[in-house]
Amino acid sequence: MIRHDYSRVDSKRRANLSHKKKQFAKAEFQEQTYEHRLNFYVLPPTAEITLEEFEQWAIDRLKVLSELEACTFRNKGPEETAEYMKSILEKYLPMRSGTSKGQHLHEERKKDHYSHFILRLAFSATEDLRRRFSRLETMLFQLRFKDDDHIERQKFVRSLNLEWEEVQEAEKRELKEKLLAAAGGGMRNREEQEWFKVDWERVPLLVEQRRVFLKRGKAYVPQREQMSLVVAEFTKTLDEALELTSRALPRLDEDDRLAPILAHLSQSFTAPDAAYSSSDANIDGLSTLTANSIDTLSQNFPLCMRNLHTTLRENSHLKHFGRLQYTLFLKGIGLSLDECIIFWRRSFKLMTDDKFTKEYRYNIRHSYGDVGGDSNRRGRGYTPYSCQKLLTEPLPGPGQTHGCPYRTFTPDNLISVLQRVGVNERDVLKTVREDVGKQRYHVACNRVFEWSHKREIKKVKDDGSWNATDLDTIVHPNTYFKRSWLLKHLGEGNAGIVNGGSGDTMEE
Amino acid sequence: MPHSLSPESTPAGESSREMSQAEDIKPEPETQDATMEDAPSPPAPAPTEKSRVNLEELFDDDDSDGEFASSAPVKSEEEASQPAPLKITSRSSFSDPEIMRAFYQRLFPFRYLFQWLNHSQTPANDFAHREFAFTLPNDAYLRYQSFPTADLLRKQCIQMLPSRFEIGPMYSTNPRDRKTLRKASAFRPLMKELVFDIDMTDYDDIRTCCTGASICHRCWVFITMAIKVVDIALREDFGFSHILWVYSGRRGAHAWVCDKRARLMDDQKRRAIAGYLELLKGGDQGGKKVNVRRPLHPHLERSLDILKEHFQTSILAEQDPWASSEKSSHLLNLLPDPTLRAALQKKWDSAPNRASASKWADIDTLAKSGALSKTSKELLEAKQDIVLEYTYPRLDAEVSKKLNHLLKSPFVIHPGTGRVCVPIDTRRVEEFDPLGVPTVTQLLQEIDEWKCEEGEKKVQDWEKTSLKPYVDYFRKFVAGLMEEEKPALKRERQEGADAMEF
Ligand SMILES: [Zn+2]
Repeated sequence: MIRHDYSRVDSKRRANLSHKKKQFAKAEFQEQTYEHRLNFYVLPPTAEITLEEFEQWAIDRLKVLSELEACTFRNKGPEETAEYMKSILEKYLPMRSGTSKGQHLHEERKKDHYSHFILRLAFSATEDLRRRFSRLETMLFQLRFKDDDHIERQKFVRSLNLEWEEVQEAEKRELKEKLLAAAGGGMRNREEQEWFKVDWERVPLLVEQRRVFLKRGKAYVPQREQMSLVVAEFTKTLDEALELTSRALPRLDEDDRLAPILAHLSQSFTAPDAAYSSSDANIDGLSTLTANSIDTLSQNFPLCMRNLHTTLRENSHLKHFGRLQYTLFLKGIGLSLDECIIFWRRSFKLMTDDKFTKEYRYNIRHSYGDVGGDSNRRGRGYTPYSCQKLLTEPLPGPGQTHGCPYRTFTPDNLISVLQRVGVNERDVLKTVREDVGKQRYHVACNRVFEWSHKREIKKVKDDGSWNATDLDTIVHPNTYFKRSWLLKHLGEGNAGIVNGGSGDTMEE
Repeated sequence: MPHSLSPESTPAGESSREMSQAEDIKPEPETQDATMEDAPSPPAPAPTEKSRVNLEELFDDDDSDGEFASSAPVKSEEEASQPAPLKITSRSSFSDPEIMRAFYQRLFPFRYLFQWLNHSQTPANDFAHREFAFTLPNDAYLRYQSFPTADLLRKQCIQMLPSRFEIGPMYSTNPRDRKTLRKASAFRPLMKELVFDIDMTDYDDIRTCCTGASICHRCWVFITMAIKVVDIALREDFGFSHILWVYSGRRGAHAWVCDKRARLMDDQKRRAIAGYLELLKGGDQGGKKVNVRRPLHPHLERSLDILKEHFQTSILAEQDPWASSEKSSHLLNLLPDPTLRAALQKKWDSAPNRASASKWADIDTLAKSGALSKTSKELLEAKQDIVLEYTYPRLDAEVSKKLNHLLKSPFVIHPGTGRVCVPIDTRRVEEFDPLGVPTVTQLLQEIDEWKCEEGEKKVQDWEKTSLKPYVDYFRKFVAGLMEEEKPALKRERQEGADAMEF
């Protein structure tokens, strides 16, 4: 059975994922062979991986799970989700079928296996995290189950040794009419005309919808409904294992290297982290920004920045952290240092030049890497904040306005701010309220984005000019702006492509 | 198709008689017993206690304390209550405190109720952690009552004289202790019978013979049909075998599925069964209420087979649901074919009082004569849907979906009719006559009129009355259930041992 104390890290910075103490566990170090592409993750990993692998694999899987979660919150159907996830899975967690033998196959499956177990450790601490993890892992499993090769899937299911009785030919003949009627017809080929017998309690949803034939407490489940059985079993197994893991967790505290990584991982579950990419500043069709452009452009800002902008205009001032957050964002969208200084100087209109120069100018230059130590200048100042950064920093105090409004505002205030910026559809507001209630702030923000750009998104999807990756979940305010601006200026000489930038149709 | 109901149970002269619920019952208490007049209104405990003692002295020669507490083959509760000097006539009101007290003292089968819920003779948590909810004469509702033994339940009934009581789930701890628990999660429902509630109210849009609380033999058929369809599905499809159907005392029936497998089901599984059995969708404004895919699921195919015979007699002939033109326009709306609809409309406009059976026949006649623009298969399916709409069980599904839902106990008295909520024997479901179910006043009178024969052994009070067949049925039902739980207990122990080893 599963043990969960695979947490020792030896002095050579290797994460040793053994499930027994080393001296007793020689035989356990044998690597698993991964006969099947699908995995119920019953056996914990036993081989060693580097700490870098440990972290990178976990982050990759986390990316996949976060995207899956975003799909559910945006009510994407199964097909739409599968389509959307294709490129993401290909990039972060590819799993090829058994027909392509070789070392790659083994590596892919190993990464899948290990990353699952690492996240299991990271997400077993609280009931809420366990539930989310279980739900998303189930979705991922289902996604893969669906596109698995028919034969391979069959082999995998057999290997599970679930207690399913195959309905024999004689009984099939006897019950044929009823079996077909219960399945709702539409079973053309012979392959589909296979049934399992299980206690009806194992398939309550199929029973509720009268999609199985019942006889004396047994449900006759058609082959094609097999998935719901396997998936239910997967969830059950995982839930039980997570319970066990959570009880074994305290032992992990001994480890000084894994603990921070795991803590970081579970934190990132709030929103996937995204580094600011300088390409976000390079927007096709957007002319050189000036201090004067910001008022207009603020319509394309995410709520966190729009809120800062509004506050700035109302008070002619912003407190330190708000200023820092906003300055970095403006730098991120391509505002030059000089224009940025002009912007702030004009904005603080109740302030003397002298005071501004003394107390503010330096900070702006510092943010841009124009002054400060070598490392600051080399790194061209600070990086614009990501959603994750905004979501994990301390909450603003009185008079402060920085951070993510989805997190920092009371739901009522949030809703009225959203209404003020034109989000007026009741359903959207209602779901946003639910999102923030569940602390899914970035999901709420993405939802608002999709609603505000629904016409444009439909268009670029329909004409195929944007692919799924272009419409990834937004996890950075600068991505929000860039995507918003591009979508609102479609057909104005920009093709919505990241690089290049000769257009000059900056609109007022 | 011929009517398959047995006519014996519904004498012609009575079959159409409406039952007014207050009939024969006049609110004139006739109390000739001094102790009865002393009876104060509950739940004032001290004087009630006094009167209880008096009454017991009057009726009992033995002390009945503790006799329901175990399987010890000692005196039964019924022995404790004779001889009977109480005089009750049909003019007594069934809700008089003395009537209720006599009922709980002398007639209510506490012993079998205990065994039914306890699944064994020896008191256990199955019974002790069960929630009972009392409705008191002043309409106060007392939840989370529980009792270690049958006798303590009986005592509280006699003391408080609830107009009725309900049965809820068995909890993880004693319901009376729920507030003393440190963690709220320590108090959670563990098991309860799967229950169903069928009420005539849900048939009001298709019932023509009676309205409101009244029923007659004609409309009772709706309940009979529902019992047949649900009962067979629970047995054949789900494999349950301990199903107790109970008359609700006025215009409906309850089912208690008592198999252990059913009792242990969580809400999701209860929802699954409720959904499996539920068919009609949409309220009165919803238009077509049955929309099922074809081929019909075997459960629906079987139900249709059972129901279509009733449809010919009970629906078309007796309910005559499309007599008025307003009603027949609903029938037209259920037909998918505009050409046929127009032809039928024309025909029925010229014969306004045409009976439903003829109108139903017109559909096929006109279809055959060419007034059909769609396929005959579509018409057949639409007609099947109509049969189902007018006959298929209408369950109050919410009752079935929750483990912690309470339902009125069998054998209590319906406060509106005075009738006892007796079990319905499904082997003779068509013979069940709700209007023939004894009222409490009638039963007490029967005790009085009973003549003890020489040399006969002591007879319990319920045996002297027309309640006897119902209690007998219940007793056998409970015995069957206990019998099945016995080996299950052993088996569990065995499995427990195996698991330990593993
Ligand atoms: Zn009637």
